[in-house]
Amino acid sequence: MKDSAGDNRGGLQELLPPLTTHEAAVEAARCLMCFDAPCTHACPTHIDIPRFIKKIATGNLRGSARAILESNLLGATCARVCPVQELCEGACVLGSERKPIAIGRLQRHAMDYVYRRGIDLLQAGEATGKKVAVIGAGPAGLTCSGELAKLGHSVTLYERRALAGGLSTYGIIVLREPMEVALAEVAMVQRLGVRLETGKDVGNDPSIADLHAGFDALFLSVGLGPTPQLGIPGEEFIVDGLDYIECSKLDPSRLTVGKNVVVIGAGNTAIDCATIARRLGAERVTMVYRRSENEMTAYPHEYDFVKREGVGLWFLAQPLKVHAENGAVKALECVRVQLGATDSSGRRSPQAIAGSTIMIPADQIVKAIGQNKPSLASQLRLATEKGFIRVNADFETSVPGVFAGGDCIRARGAASTVMAVQDGKLAAHAIHQRLVNHG
Amino acid sequence: MADLRINFAGIRSPNPFWLASAPPTNSGLQVHRAFEAGWGGAVWKTIGAPVLNVSNRYGAWHFGSQKMLAINNVELISDRPFDVNLREIAEVKRAWPDRAVVVSAMVESKPEAWHDVIRRIQDTGADGIELNYGCPHGMSERGMGSAVGQVPEYCEQITGWVMEVAKIPVIVKLTPNISDIVMPARAAVAARANAISLINTLNSIIGVDLNTLEITPNIGGRGGHGGYAGPAVKPIALNMLAALGRDSVVHGSKLPISGMGGISTWQDAAEFLLLGASSLQVCTAVMHYGFRIIEDLCDGLSNWMDEKGFANVPDVVGRSLERVSDFKDFDLAFKAVARIDQQKCIRCDLCYVACGDTAHQCIDLIDKNGNVVPPGAYDVRSNGKADAVGARPRVVVREEDCVGCRLCFNVCPVEDCIAMVELPSGRPSVTWDELTQSQPDVTEDWNKMMAYREKMGIHIH
Repeated sequence: MKDSAGDNRGGLQELLPPLTTHEAAVEAARCLMCFDAPCTHACPTHIDIPRFIKKIATGNLRGSARAILESNLLGATCARVCPVQELCEGACVLGSERKPIAIGRLQRHAMDYVYRRGIDLLQAGEATGKKVAVIGAGPAGLTCSGELAKLGHSVTLYERRALAGGLSTYGIIVLREPMEVALAEVAMVQRLGVRLETGKDVGNDPSIADLHAGFDALFLSVGLGPTPQLGIPGEEFIVDGLDYIECSKLDPSRLTVGKNVVVIGAGNTAIDCATIARRLGAERVTMVYRRSENEMTAYPHEYDFVKREGVGLWFLAQPLKVHAENGAVKALECVRVQLGATDSSGRRSPQAIAGSTIMIPADQIVKAIGQNKPSLASQLRLATEKGFIRVNADFETSVPGVFAGGDCIRARGAASTVMAVQDGKLAAHAIHQRLVNHG
Repeated sequence: MADLRINFAGIRSPNPFWLASAPPTNSGLQVHRAFEAGWGGAVWKTIGAPVLNVSNRYGAWHFGSQKMLAINNVELISDRPFDVNLREIAEVKRAWPDRAVVVSAMVESKPEAWHDVIRRIQDTGADGIELNYGCPHGMSERGMGSAVGQVPEYCEQITGWVMEVAKIPVIVKLTPNISDIVMPARAAVAARANAISLINTLNSIIGVDLNTLEITPNIGGRGGHGGYAGPAVKPIALNMLAALGRDSVVHGSKLPISGMGGISTWQDAAEFLLLGASSLQVCTAVMHYGFRIIEDLCDGLSNWMDEKGFANVPDVVGRSLERVSDFKDFDLAFKAVARIDQQKCIRCDLCYVACGDTAHQCIDLIDKNGNVVPPGAYDVRSNGKADAVGARPRVVVREEDCVGCRLCFNVCPVEDCIAMVELPSGRPSVTWDELTQSQPDVTEDWNKMMAYREKMGIHIH
């Protein structure tokens, strides 16, 4: 199936081209420079957006990038992956009658300017002698590490995988963020003096006891676990969505893409999987979701995007069984459902309609139905909330001195990179206060 | 349809729009093309003394994404051979009998030189002559251009020489690089000129190149002041135009005035007419967009005149002049306050910061519960468009504290969102001039002034 006729690996280039200097200047000049701007409020990290945009308008790109980084260490990633329609651009005062300012693309323009030139705008603070271990080098962990380093603390950042960056490195499709962007941010955090240790299985080496003994504080930013089981016959033939995306980033030539791909789920990850399949040569891609359009968790603009990519959607269909012959997938058997009472997620729960079985032909089935809760929580005997690590207003867990942030605490609200960055930043400041005041 | 024809000191043209004496009227080819596009007239680029030009002649002032808010230039008068210019002027006039062909002239300050150039221009069949007393660069260093326009006595003397031989209407073009524009205009009146035109360009340095530290535009490592023109100078031109209209000598002479200085649109044109210009000259807008802009200049002006019920151009000329007044004659009892239309407001808060930081602190942020709140009054964990838009306070003017400065009105990016509403002040009308006469001590003594304010109910915080 690999390298089929419709193969289009070039289709995995970053979707939006960079703004030219002129385009950026014209767009920046359009910004009204709102006072106490709603875009800044809407940004979870509260970047002073009019300030950085004004600096682009005046050709002060260095100052612009610094204004972004002051509030958001991962400005280059967020410029690309943020659901700006729901955040800054959604709140732009020009949105009501005219086009909102392209804030995300302007932010990318400023960040690319400094990264391309190797300009470091931030420095480590004067050494405090305090040591913090950060577990998990995704957006929350990277941000927390960098912010702590800026405050002068000695930070060791442990990462289970070979590369740091978390989902920015492994889980965001190249169309939205090329891997180099995430890795450049990792390198920037390392240049602040953060010691990165990859391939580390925290719990074994180092052990939890090692961490408690060796550090003044811990920050957990472990993200979520693997994709859960559907619990249907033939599940072993189903490809994991996160693995699918990861392969498309690390080694797209090794990614097997079917001609007739079914993606189970209708969240943003499912949309990413469908997009990859489509762009890497699948003739037909169908997303199957057991609820309706109204309950899907993908952002509206992502839903619009995937429809334009030519992906079909089958709503109100619950997978029952994978049909395979000689190890080759043939179809996904589903049953039609109708929506009943509201369930614990606040959404109407699907109920099977008897005798309404349908067979959706497929030669590849990918599932993207969310992720399991973090497992480290139980090892550390941390209190949880709906399976997520419970933290107080200072991001401190039930164990004193152990803080947490990012997707692993996201019991409420949608998980996103920018929320993780804000968690990391706020937690770093809370840890700093603790270390300085009670050290 | 309004009649756009004009008769300016005996020079007739089918519409009031003439190309100003400048690069667009450098040659017969250009003026032919301009007349094909519909221009009513053209003032030929100044001919006269021999010159050599330099390169990198034009600098420009851009703002935001708006290019050429103004242009500056160090180009001299025509550097084409004198006889070629005269021949082409004659050809153009023969080909376009219904258009105004005016020739701008500038020679050294000797009567014979002026007599000669005037006679030779008249031989072309041109409709009029414009005396260039305005160019502020290059020619002025040789005692011509603004070196004449800045000294009313020279202006009168040279115009007098010209009038000795002139058989066609003579327009004196004034420089704005002078403290009182009325003085050279009176000199033109005294010398019996037939008309006045203004403004020529302003002295200016466009800027400095921050990479090379060179002056913009760079002329072989040097640069200097040049003539400044374009949309940015329009308010200066309007003020000088009105100053002539309000001067008893100039106005009393009934000399027509050809107005120019930043005219880019029909709206600009109408404003010049309303303040007393009866012909209009355009340069920078043409240098930016080409001759084609004449179509909307005429069309827009004509439609506006129809809407307003003006049958012809003379109906419009000078209509607003009587409203131009000195401060001492303004009504001190007139009161206006800003009012914000909450339906139209997009909550950019530009009025709030402008009023708060730089005006009179009379705009408040009001939250959903009607409380006055400071800016940025949201929880650091609050985010997303719903929070940001939903929690955004309204901007409301405290009318009792509003002094009617109109700054908010000016910064508001939304059309018709902030209105300056006229309110009764409850005080009798009085001007500063009247006050000076009726109660002179109030205008001279702060204690008396405070007592007067108390009595009149004027409270300034």
